[in-house]
Amino acid sequence: MAEADVALKALDEKEMLRLYHEMVLIRRLEEESSRLYQQGKIGGFLHLYIGQEAVASGLLSIRRPEDRIITAYRDHGVAIASGIEVKYVVAELLGKATGTAKGKGGSMHLADVDLNFWGGYAIVGAHLPLAAGMALADKYRGDSGVTICMFGDGATNIGYFHEALNLSMVWDLPVLWVCENNQYGMGTSVERASAVEEIRQKAEGYQMPNSRVNGMDVLEVRNAAEETLGYVRENGTPYFLEVLTYRYQGHSIGDPERYRESDEVDQWRKDDPIGFFRAHLVDSGVFSSDELTKEEELVDQEIEEAVEFAESSPNPPPEALFEDIYAEE
Amino acid sequence: MAEITMREAISQALWEEMERDERVFIMGEEVGLWGGTYAVTRGFYDHFGGERVRDTPIAEGVIVGAANGAAMAGLRPVAELMTINFAFLAMDQIVNGSAKIRAMFGGQFAVPIVIRAVGGGGRQLGATHSQTPDAVFAHFPGLKVIAPATPYDAKGLLKAAIRTEDPVMFIEHATMYQTKGEVPEGDYVEPIGISKVQREGTDVTIVTYSKGLQLSLLAADLLAAEGIEAQIIDLRSLRPLDLEPAIESLKRTNRVVIVEEGWRSYGVGAEVASRLYEEAFDYFDTPAKRVAQVEVPLPYNRELEQLALPQVEDIVKAVKEVL
Repeated sequence: MAEADVALKALDEKEMLRLYHEMVLIRRLEEESSRLYQQGKIGGFLHLYIGQEAVASGLLSIRRPEDRIITAYRDHGVAIASGIEVKYVVAELLGKATGTAKGKGGSMHLADVDLNFWGGYAIVGAHLPLAAGMALADKYRGDSGVTICMFGDGATNIGYFHEALNLSMVWDLPVLWVCENNQYGMGTSVERASAVEEIRQKAEGYQMPNSRVNGMDVLEVRNAAEETLGYVRENGTPYFLEVLTYRYQGHSIGDPERYRESDEVDQWRKDDPIGFFRAHLVDSGVFSSDELTKEEELVDQEIEEAVEFAESSPNPPPEALFEDIYAEE
Repeated sequence: MAEITMREAISQALWEEMERDERVFIMGEEVGLWGGTYAVTRGFYDHFGGERVRDTPIAEGVIVGAANGAAMAGLRPVAELMTINFAFLAMDQIVNGSAKIRAMFGGQFAVPIVIRAVGGGGRQLGATHSQTPDAVFAHFPGLKVIAPATPYDAKGLLKAAIRTEDPVMFIEHATMYQTKGEVPEGDYVEPIGISKVQREGTDVTIVTYSKGLQLSLLAADLLAAEGIEAQIIDLRSLRPLDLEPAIESLKRTNRVVIVEEGWRSYGVGAEVASRLYEEAFDYFDTPAKRVAQVEVPLPYNRELEQLALPQVEDIVKAVKEVL
């Protein structure tokens, strides 16, 4: 093997391990969040990303620092894949002063401006116009970043979706629209809520190039992201990527899940993105099972430290109530 | 000082701010080639070009939403809503977006957007195009709500609105674009959230804003002929709401009339009256009176429409009742 190829392979292995680590980290974070919620330490809603890890990890693994990321309220995984340290995520879930939004946002409103992660938004579809505006700002200034806007299948039935997609074509805005099709908008399945089941077809209505990818395989998502982000970057115009995925948990904690059969969930679990990727890494001889187990232990340690950090962090003081409302009084 | 119209004052403010700051741009329905449905941006498209004077589809949700996003990403959008009635289509972006994004993310993001919206009745446009829902917007913490009554304030306050880091609803009255007033040459900025005494008087305090100022000044002339001198306070901004000048005036007159064009219930008058009661109850000789719109969807017929809108005579009558 030429020296360059060896270096490339080494880099690939490093990146693959990073991807595996990140996906396991998201899974463990969500499992821990669920526990903290049951203990009453997390309030409000809690929307878990379990089952969808490969989407955020694959998609954001090749984004550049100048690319903006914006998503909906199922945002823990996206926050991690954007580069936020897990301890600040847990601190925000616990409402602590050390959280990403100083305890004012909670689970649905994680963000980090320094990482170009522009937040999770809790009104279905409402962040799609924001994404269009951010892309407009980049285009206006001649900056090279692409805005990556993630949303669920449920958001494609609301007016905002159509207004934002239309505007992005009319104004040639550099947005990668990413629909995470996890089959359900809350408890209503795609076929019960959307006139077209293949959601990418909606982009056809705006003459927007589009494609669909298996969201349970992180490498497939990564390849699709590379291609589609490249398209937006090169052309300065939007692209629509539908990612087929599945959430194992309910819409949020407390969801009775009367709308689906448990064997449907079991069926999808067979394609588990982490299990699949693990088998791929072991079968192809990139890593041994023991090496990956060690990586999982590192994640466990990381989660433990994050929870410790969050639990020992202070609550925001009463005077924080009036902070960050206005820039100028 | 030159006398110019409200339209010219607003237009000058926009023009000068766009010349001053590259980040300022305008987006909205018919702001470009058409020149603005109220002709405020006539000539802008030719001078500044289509990148900075952006015609949008008729889709208010994405007009305000994209302006929010552009503001977060460092630009200074002035989003024009052809009428404030269409703001209801963008209500989620205004209320859940502009007003909350700074606080909700712990101060990481600023949303320096200006939403220009034309409100007010009196032009026989029917129930859905004639509303004065200013108080609705003033309800939400996180927003600033400005509604100027004179060309001088319109220019100075619009410049302040464009320059502040905070989101601003800038409400113009549809029947006031031809209103004239003195405006100095060149650049000046009026502070947001400071009320202004627009007429001196010692017998009664009239608290008002926007179109209400015009009506109140006319009423004050009629009252003066009868020897009654009204002091008129122009709020100029509904959020923040500055009642210091009103309280100072109340201390001398001991009587208050509040004039607004919107509906009475849960309105600006209700807010002003209760705050004055909370902070200066002992100075009242008689209860405050509110002059406001009759509580019906505004009818088309000219006589009926005028019957529903507050009139100069209503103010005169209210003043006499509190004396």
